[in-house]
Amino acid sequence: MARHKPEPLVFELSRPGRGATAQYPAAESADVPEAFRRRQPPPLPEVSELQAVRHYTRLSQLNFGIDTHFYPLGSCTMKYNPRACNSLAMLPGFLGRHPLAQAATGQGVMACLFELQEMLKHVTGMAGVSLTPMAGAQGEFAGVAMIRAYHRGRGDLARTEIIVPDAAHGTNPATATMCGMKVREIPTLPDGDVDIAALEAALSPVTAGIMLTNPSTLGVFERRIVEIARKVHAAGGLLYYDGANLNAILGKVRPGDMGFDVIHMNLHKTFSTPHGGGGPGSGAVGVGQRLLPYLPVPVVAREGERYRWLDERELPESIGRLSGFMGNTGVLLRAWVYMRILGAAGMRRVAEYSTLNANYLLARLQQAGFDAAYPGRRASHEFILTLKRQAREQGVTAMDFAKRLLDHGYHAPTTYFPLLVPECLLIEPTESETREELDGFVEALSAIRREAETDAAAVKSAPHTMPVRRLDDVRAARQLDVAWKPAVA
Amino acid sequence: MPYIPHTSDDVRTMLDRIGVGTIDDLFDEIPKALRIDALEGVPDALPEMDVARLAGVRAAADGQPLNFIGAGAYEHHIPAPVWALVTRGEIYSAYTPYQAEASQGTLQIMYEYQSMIAGLNAMDVSNASLYDGASALAEACLMAVRAHRRSKSARILMPSTVNPACRRVARAITEGQGLRLDAVPYDAATGRIDPKSLAAYAGEDITAIVVPQPNFFGQLEDADALTRWARANGALVIAAVNPVPLALLSPPGEWGDGGADISCGDAQPFGVPLSSGGPYVGFMACRMEHVRQMPGRIAGRTVDTEGTPGFTLTLQAREQHIRRAKATSNICTNQGLLMTAATIHLALLGPAGLARVARACIARTNDLVAALGRLPGVRAAFAGPRFHEAVLKLDRPVAPLLESLAAEGIIGGFDLARDYPELGDALLVCATETRTRADIEVYASALGRALGRPKAA
Repeated sequence: MARHKPEPLVFELSRPGRGATAQYPAAESADVPEAFRRRQPPPLPEVSELQAVRHYTRLSQLNFGIDTHFYPLGSCTMKYNPRACNSLAMLPGFLGRHPLAQAATGQGVMACLFELQEMLKHVTGMAGVSLTPMAGAQGEFAGVAMIRAYHRGRGDLARTEIIVPDAAHGTNPATATMCGMKVREIPTLPDGDVDIAALEAALSPVTAGIMLTNPSTLGVFERRIVEIARKVHAAGGLLYYDGANLNAILGKVRPGDMGFDVIHMNLHKTFSTPHGGGGPGSGAVGVGQRLLPYLPVPVVAREGERYRWLDERELPESIGRLSGFMGNTGVLLRAWVYMRILGAAGMRRVAEYSTLNANYLLARLQQAGFDAAYPGRRASHEFILTLKRQAREQGVTAMDFAKRLLDHGYHAPTTYFPLLVPECLLIEPTESETREELDGFVEALSAIRREAETDAAAVKSAPHTMPVRRLDDVRAARQLDVAWKPAVA
Repeated sequence: MPYIPHTSDDVRTMLDRIGVGTIDDLFDEIPKALRIDALEGVPDALPEMDVARLAGVRAAADGQPLNFIGAGAYEHHIPAPVWALVTRGEIYSAYTPYQAEASQGTLQIMYEYQSMIAGLNAMDVSNASLYDGASALAEACLMAVRAHRRSKSARILMPSTVNPACRRVARAITEGQGLRLDAVPYDAATGRIDPKSLAAYAGEDITAIVVPQPNFFGQLEDADALTRWARANGALVIAAVNPVPLALLSPPGEWGDGGADISCGDAQPFGVPLSSGGPYVGFMACRMEHVRQMPGRIAGRTVDTEGTPGFTLTLQAREQHIRRAKATSNICTNQGLLMTAATIHLALLGPAGLARVARACIARTNDLVAALGRLPGVRAAFAGPRFHEAVLKLDRPVAPLLESLAAEGIIGGFDLARDYPELGDALLVCATETRTRADIEVYASALGRALGRPKAA
């Protein structure tokens, strides 16, 4: 990926009267009445089909993807997205089906969705699953809304507070606010576990629940989870499991067995549906017995050999509908294909080999002289390096390392998250990478550190081989340019 | 081992490096009592070939019926290049462009998409997608409450001509924050909101009114009059639009005096297959003065350290990973892949192609209403201009008719009995540019045969 002449905007390729005319339907004279008509045609580009194909092909080539590069973006589980998942989800019978078509014409897709619901129940240890949330954050919303509905259903209106550890994903507190809850943050101990004393102090009759990620965003397993669950339940609260890191424990330990009442799963992480440059995700939710009546609708039911959707009429206490139809069905089909190909043993191997890869990479990096943020702890499927020593001694930051990695042909790990570890890289190699790829990554990070000692400026000015150098984010926000506008004639 | 590349030699070498004996030793921090030895209830692995066969059988069982149904999801022709490009690994397997320098493709596509959506709506700015049209409407209601600082009521007028599923979603998502969504009835003769009926709300603190265009019945609302009413009464305007007819229709940014404040909808008709309901792609555009209240990702154009133009995520101070509990929304991952499909689709169609699609939709729907209206016991419920859907009144319950049509490979429309019982036996039908006159004849004769049978007792 060499520096290049910038690819023009598609609008700059446009010429009046040009078009991909093979895509036009036959001309019709029908129109909307005069009073409703727009005065100017919309400012859309006019390009040939080849121009469009070449333009978007060239744009694609400016990206790193899993298919082209090792992409160890922590907390995002950037593993191989099997091509079969895509091609089978796009079979014509699945692809052309209207969501409101009669159930008789949807038995095939519903059979897949029902099996998916069942498999997800078993891998999470939950009593029921709804597939409708369209991303992890919407799954979180569903979870907290169910917790809220549960307390209200019992007439307990005082419970308006959600406890969130300071290491949590930003979506956790944002979700609690969206559900009308107040957020109470608790600290993490130096070893990465939740501060139980602080938790006890936070628990009260206004506690609605706690949101936890386990393994946490610090890449370690919360060892006292059973004690935490007992304390939260004793205080009348419920436990929410953020499934962002489910990959680490798939088939080895189940959130339901840990004492969680509700969980969301990121199917685009753990079950390998594509990340698509920022979605679509899928945030299926699972619940224990207590929350079953509140699951978002619709859910698939099997009656004998037939499948049908259950909606608000059958589940009147449901928190309702979160998507216009039944969630990101095409994503769900991809997850179904993945799970059927993996099977029960394959799912356990996901946890085993992602954990093996993470611990191997951590061990090699530590042996190469890098500092782990939690050196006494076993890594889960991801781990944190802290570069505060390098920042202090060479003035080279985690961001500099991240940018220089791009020049070495590696996507950067997650940087500056979690917020409580200074100069951190959150590294998640996933199970689908070879040992050689991990070794190459260690070499690259080591080479950057050597370079930082001899030529810090080269690291600080990286990347050098990308289509652009570091971008001016301040200018982007101050001189806001977020849409191309046609020149005024 | 599917999708795991390790040889036994790799495993040995790696465990030695870590200094443990077995992979299971790596799980030693998890309390033993919690660990399970096997996953119950999950089937055994199948090779790709076998899963392909199973999926093939199921997809074939679902068939490829003729769709005459819309109600929020629309069958349109998808140009072959769209998904050939979207499924390129560099797009399909990338993530949110956190590393802008290695994501210029995705970021430029976001910027082009935002430009197209803003242009279609005649709005200043667009975000880079929300989940779907229904959740976009919910987010628009929450955004209006934040944006309208003088209004204290958090009260939104939600006409009953807005898609009922979208209204349900808006209720579920806004309920926790105490929004009040007041139903506004429609005029029984025209199937649209009578602007005069809003007089009942004059003088009250209304945060915003939702204006659907076209509305759920396919009818065109008097968006100009409704927008003027909102302006005069201090309410914001949330447009809930189908983006296809915007090729022809007055855009939300130009409604009434000064235009709508927020426009939202589903861009599914742009290159996104029906796929049993998703993934689709919610869009949202707004006036510049509201941009800091907008949820979702936004790409901006800037320059790099050498002055070369480039793209980056911007206004991130609105978002959950920075603002946490004070963010505009919890949204994080959205619908990037479908946003890309919509962008490529619009680039291929351009203004002329999109206008042709919109005109063909109107023409085929007129044909459909005429053909079905000739059958005994069938008549159009509403007069007045419409886009590509229409309500038909029938002389008997709709559900059994739809079942019998489905058995003949025809999805005949959406039964309005549940959501609009006051309409009696009413059916919402749709024809896009993908329906031919011959398709319409097939439907009309099948419905004619079904109606020819005696009514069920």
